Amino acid sequence: MSIMGTRVLRKEDPKFLTEGATYTADISHPKLKGAVHAHFVRSTMAHAKILEIDTSEAASQPGVLAVYTAQDIPESVAPAPVMVPVFPPSMMHRPHLATGSVRFVGEPVAVVVAETPAQAADAADLVFADYEPLPAAVGLAQAETDNTVIYEDVGSNTAVDFKNMNMVTGIGEEDIFADCEVVVEHDLINHRTAPAPLEGRSMACVWDDGRLIVWASTQTPHGFRDNLAAVYGLEAENCQVIAPDVGGGFGQKIGITADEIVLPWLSQSLNRPIRWTETRTENLTACGHGRAQLQKVKIGGSQGGQIKAYRLQITGDAGAYTGLGAFLPFYTHLMAPGVYNFPKVETTAKSVVSNTTPTLAYRGAGRPEATAAIERAVDLFAAECGLSPVEVRRMNLISKDSFPYTTPHGTEYDTGDYETALNLALEAADYPALLEEQARRRAQGSVKQLGIGVSVYVEITGGPAPGGQEFAKVEITPEGKAKVYSGSFSHGQGHATTFVSVAADQLGMDIDDIEFIQGDTDLVAEGTGTFGSRSFQFAGSAVYDASRSVVDVAREIAAGLLEANVDDVLVDAEADGFHVAGTPAVAVSWAQVAGAAQEQGKKLMHEGQHHANCTYPFGAHVIVVEVDTETGQVTVPQVVTCDDSGTIFNPNIVEGQRHGGIAQGIAQALTEEVVFDEDGNPITSNFADYGFISAAELPSFKLVPLETPTPHNPLGAKGIGESGAIGATPATQSAVVNALSHLGVRHIDIPLTPERVWQAIVDATAQN
Amino acid sequence: MEIAVKINGEQHRHDVEPRTLLVHYIRDTVGLTGTNIGCDTSSCGACTIHLNGESVKSCTMFAVQADGEELLTIEGLAASVNATDGQMHPMQEAFRSCHALQCGYCTPGMVMASVSLLEENPNPNEQEVRQGLEGNLCRCTGYHNIVKAVLECAQGGAK
Repeated sequence: MSIMGTRVLRKEDPKFLTEGATYTADISHPKLKGAVHAHFVRSTMAHAKILEIDTSEAASQPGVLAVYTAQDIPESVAPAPVMVPVFPPSMMHRPHLATGSVRFVGEPVAVVVAETPAQAADAADLVFADYEPLPAAVGLAQAETDNTVIYEDVGSNTAVDFKNMNMVTGIGEEDIFADCEVVVEHDLINHRTAPAPLEGRSMACVWDDGRLIVWASTQTPHGFRDNLAAVYGLEAENCQVIAPDVGGGFGQKIGITADEIVLPWLSQSLNRPIRWTETRTENLTACGHGRAQLQKVKIGGSQGGQIKAYRLQITGDAGAYTGLGAFLPFYTHLMAPGVYNFPKVETTAKSVVSNTTPTLAYRGAGRPEATAAIERAVDLFAAECGLSPVEVRRMNLISKDSFPYTTPHGTEYDTGDYETALNLALEAADYPALLEEQARRRAQGSVKQLGIGVSVYVEITGGPAPGGQEFAKVEITPEGKAKVYSGSFSHGQGHATTFVSVAADQLGMDIDDIEFIQGDTDLVAEGTGTFGSRSFQFAGSAVYDASRSVVDVAREIAAGLLEANVDDVLVDAEADGFHVAGTPAVAVSWAQVAGAAQEQGKKLMHEGQHHANCTYPFGAHVIVVEVDTETGQVTVPQVVTCDDSGTIFNPNIVEGQRHGGIAQGIAQALTEEVVFDEDGNPITSNFADYGFISAAELPSFKLVPLETPTPHNPLGAKGIGESGAIGATPATQSAVVNALSHLGVRHIDIPLTPERVWQAIVDATAQN
Repeated sequence: MEIAVKINGEQHRHDVEPRTLLVHYIRDTVGLTGTNIGCDTSSCGACTIHLNGESVKSCTMFAVQADGEELLTIEGLAASVNATDGQMHPMQEAFRSCHALQCGYCTPGMVMASVSLLEENPNPNEQEVRQGLEGNLCRCTGYHNIVKAVLECAQGGAK
């Protein structure tokens, strides 16, 4: 019987629950004995010329071994490779430590190395950097004006305009809204948020006979290794990266950061192993943020609700240096029309630099922004037509018999059934009863008004086209057990359970007889890592392929032992081995087959990459809010989601991913925002100031199952890691606006703070 | 300054700097790394332990304040209820059966806070669990399965 669809409990959990996982800061390895500790000195100015950095006092402190600035780092420490090389060189090639000028608060300008973390932190406070302040471009609206140009050699803050690269359509000569009876336009803010994994960045490293050994908190161990190998001119085999347990990532730990790149050089120059673990403030100011887009939407159609044209103009905030975040407006463009069959769609997309923390690929990475824009636009259009937002959606959804469906942009959706997702979510929420309750409260003039928000989304996972790949290796031990190696890497996703289950299904073995190996570049030959909801579809498929290849060889050997035709021999978990179909009583075990393989000089091992196209998960969220019309306070009594990620292997894991995403999506709508003051000082630099959502602000979630498999991989699976975060933000925003629509409120920007909601009520009431 | 602290039933004696936080003492001096550090403002609760039977964020105390006191960390929780042969504390079992953890970083603190919550209120409703765990942040689970685990544990064990 297949394990598929059963709630296998995680193999990781007993250790995590009884002694705690082993994170990078917990590593106690003989090679790290006597490690010194690094502490970065960070810019306190958003934009300034560095006049002088006085390290003398810090250097003389007890326990301090060295204090370094940019000029100490030799040229042999090469610039880090660039992940997406489409930006002006000076914006892409960030110095290891700030050189000449600083461009955001939190940028490292010096680094102190001391015997203990406390000594390093104390001394870092005594490094004196003399700055000549420069005007700062903070926030998209200001950066876009080019009044303050951050990179003089570029002459503009625009890092990329995707139209110039022929990657987006731009606004054409034809007026796509010409035949529309109703046209609505609006400016939207998709504000900056923090990924905020509970474990921040952490790294330890040592040079061992010319070989660099690194422990790091990363989502992409092989990418981390490749970056370090390139910077330090090492062959890949002379750089070992070990990712132990990792305390969450959410996109923040893809690739490598400037701070991490410097550490091997510190270790080399002092000839000591070194450790570094960032503080929460460093994580919130220096590591990277998500979202940060301004959007202009324009939508038009018939008075009856048929939408004919949609335009989305995207400006993304790259922050001070162009990393992955600067590329994400392209992803927003890719998914701009969402679940709708609009005949005409136009997009513009560009990124600008600003004197703020660089942006990166936070959970959803460009797709939540696309969904937020189109869902808000559809709500605005429905309101203008005086129609139900649910009915307008139904009228314009891509029908389930249209797949594969190609959008006007050329994005090809694999499979989908959007209307069923919407209907199931509405049914589970008891939409008619909610409407009745809303009408009752409106009639009574209740202080607490009820709002019902609906979003329907489709996203792209493992993309962009033509998709991606992942590595797996499966081998049978002489004892007849198995080892599964994956190039993907779990930082909470439960690979050790799911991937082992995939192998167990194919090998006919018990999951306890299968060992899982990940996250060590010496043990796993190749790898890409976990991000973009890619793991199960690519890495799971790679494990599936490798397991089946091993079984093919094993069946031949078993056929020999059973003196049977190989075509009649099957692997059977019940029989604990191989037998001729129909005669399970005469079986040979995996151990016997492994022994025979050894005698015959055959290898029971397969390794390789699985390549597959990207997939398009979809779903519908119905979120119910109560809005206190006297205070503007929003509470969320009910959340219902139908998130379809194709075939579900382990419902526990898939539901867990949905739960976490939903919470982060609601958090963006209600409580979480990274804020800078006008000079670029971060004012949400710790968890006391950043509105990290807590258990008290959320309800339990009602999850409706739906499985529409994809033909793009043998498992039929689509990604699920980001779905929750994509659907929940617009549904929450829609719900709050819906709660106040009878007062004339059409739109409130996120995050929906009590002040903002209260102001919207006051403004609407004054107008009426 | 020399302190004597009983941790998970075992007596420890160390010379500590007066400014050393209890969490750093537990992790760096005693070497019990199950207790994690997730913030620098006592907001996240990843470092929650029990001090004389009550939950406390171990970053809110200096090590010297624990002199003469009795501490329980995640490593000692199962033994504290005499769980044997790989058995865990009922709260740990409930977290496992409800899939109430993903990356595991908040987990030790969350479990310790949850045990303490049920000691104070053995039969809480959902809202009381949510309020009771407000000081423990989790980024992975959306709290859904954590709340479920605590309620199931209160009702006499995991199902």
